[in-house]
Amino acid sequence: MITVEQRTEFRKHFRYNVGRRLILDKAVKCIVFLCVVVAVVPLVAILVNVFSNGAAALSWNFLTEIPGAVGSNDLGGIGPAIQGTLVLIGLSSLIGVPVGIMGGIFLSEYGNNRYGRTVRFFNDVLAEFPTIVIGVFTFILIVLTVGTFSVWAGSFALSIVMLPIVMRTTEESLKLVPVTYREAGYALGIRRWRVVFTIVLSGAKSGLVTGILLSVARIAGETAPLVFTILGSSQFIQGLNGPIDALPLRIWRLSSLPYDSSVTQGWGAAFVLIILVLSINIGVRYLFLRRKGQTILKFKRLGSMS
Amino acid sequence: MMTIKMKKGSPIADKIFKYVAVGAATYVLVIIILIVINLTTGSAQVWQKEGISFLTGSDWNSVDGRESYGAAPYIMGTLVNAGIAMAISIPLSFGIAMFLSELAPKLLRTPLAMVIELLAAIPSVVYGLWGLLVFRTYIQNWIEIPLHNLFGDQSIIFAGTPFGLDILTASIVLAIMIVPTIASISKEIMLAVPNSQREAAYMLGATKWEVFRIAVLPYSKSGLIGATILGLGRAVGETMAVTMLIGNATGAAAFPSSLFGPGQTLSSIMANEFAEASQGGLHLAALIGIGLILFLLAFAINVVAHLLVAKVIKSHEGAVLA
Repeated sequence: MITVEQRTEFRKHFRYNVGRRLILDKAVKCIVFLCVVVAVVPLVAILVNVFSNGAAALSWNFLTEIPGAVGSNDLGGIGPAIQGTLVLIGLSSLIGVPVGIMGGIFLSEYGNNRYGRTVRFFNDVLAEFPTIVIGVFTFILIVLTVGTFSVWAGSFALSIVMLPIVMRTTEESLKLVPVTYREAGYALGIRRWRVVFTIVLSGAKSGLVTGILLSVARIAGETAPLVFTILGSSQFIQGLNGPIDALPLRIWRLSSLPYDSSVTQGWGAAFVLIILVLSINIGVRYLFLRRKGQTILKFKRLGSMS
Repeated sequence: MMTIKMKKGSPIADKIFKYVAVGAATYVLVIIILIVINLTTGSAQVWQKEGISFLTGSDWNSVDGRESYGAAPYIMGTLVNAGIAMAISIPLSFGIAMFLSELAPKLLRTPLAMVIELLAAIPSVVYGLWGLLVFRTYIQNWIEIPLHNLFGDQSIIFAGTPFGLDILTASIVLAIMIVPTIASISKEIMLAVPNSQREAAYMLGATKWEVFRIAVLPYSKSGLIGATILGLGRAVGETMAVTMLIGNATGAAAFPSSLFGPGQTLSSIMANEFAEASQGGLHLAALIGIGLILFLLAFAINVVAHLLVAKVIKSHEGAVLA
């Protein structure tokens, strides 16, 4: 039998123990929530600063004109930088997207072997590479061989940055297409390559578009590879074998100048760049989220019908 | 006699398609091999002249006739800078990952995860601009000057005049930049822990924190280590923000000694001095040699990280690496 004293003693220990554990639990929850707040603060701070300072610099001339001479009263604009960034995105997609999608097709359709695993692994490693190393590599491979900084060199470097992202997302979204779709195609006597192109790729369309857009957002903000490949310039594009300007590169150059006007212009350029990058990112995520919600709804409806 | 034509089109098209796909996949491997070859041949000149002292030396002089290159301060600078950034961002990211995977209500989980991932979407150069023009003054006035006044020059790590453009500022901004990487991967890994593990702990009467400590944490340990190493890989290679904030010392002065002193990392010295290096010269070879060191460092870090992360993610189907 447990005596009354033993019982009260036990209760006391129990309360002490549980109380302490509950307090610790509460404390950890608070700390963890604070972590989230601490991470969100810089995001908000950066956005607020860029938007409030950048909006002051915006005007039609700022967006379309060539930069004025350094330190002069004629400020000019960032027209060549915007044009250069768009040209670079287009050209590097021209190399990166087809190769990336074909590589993704290989990984998903033919990649269930040793070679596929090797490629997948090194693709993941390449995705996390310091981009400045890719810049130096392109510099040696193209700029030193050809002898000039060029749009091609910059596009090639950026295509290496985007390639692993496109490849990985293509693979992931192709794998989401059910095997039965492919089998239905084979049963109709369609050849494998046509099954992949007409059935699998169209089934994975949204995933492919997401991957491509996210990789475009990524390369739009890359600076390090461009330092070594396109050099920067203050003129509109002269030809694909000459140097051009790009937004991130222009921001870097402007930030190192000691004039107030160049600082304002730097904020303006950052504003344009952030609008470009964030609109792609948020747009893609919003579409993806909505689609996900729709499929869930569809499944629910199917479930209730049966 | 009736013949049935089984498939339309020629079988050669299938073969060609497969070879094109294999070719595209091989392209990745070719690029990596070309990177190794090009960086090695491009930097051969400096290895011949300096030998092993390129790794251990601290002289950095690009004046003609007195040229001498040693990368030790920059290797140290990279490691110290990344180390401080990791020390700040690991607890922060694990906290975020725990909140997102264990505590957040389901409705809040996806939008909040997206907000965290937006941090990763902001270009590096914008972080640099913000750090240079805004964040630097806060650090200088609110953290560095009080600490300097409190401890003064007697302490080693707080010595030097607080200027704002130093190792501390660069590391903090770097920490902010790698939080989304570590947090989103850790979240996926924690979500991959089967619920039966959690339920077993709840059944024993554990609180949320205890469930996390005794059920989730041991189960996801190797994946979490992989996630942090992946963050380290990104911290080591980060260029623009660090270049703009670290203060850019060269030579022996770049040895990181004080938090408030300027430093230099492998990537920032490349970005800074590239424009000054003439083609075919020893200076350029030295910078490419630094690229080779950075390449090997990042490659080793990433290989280890992917081996650790892949093990966890593979054993739990359905968890997709962000």
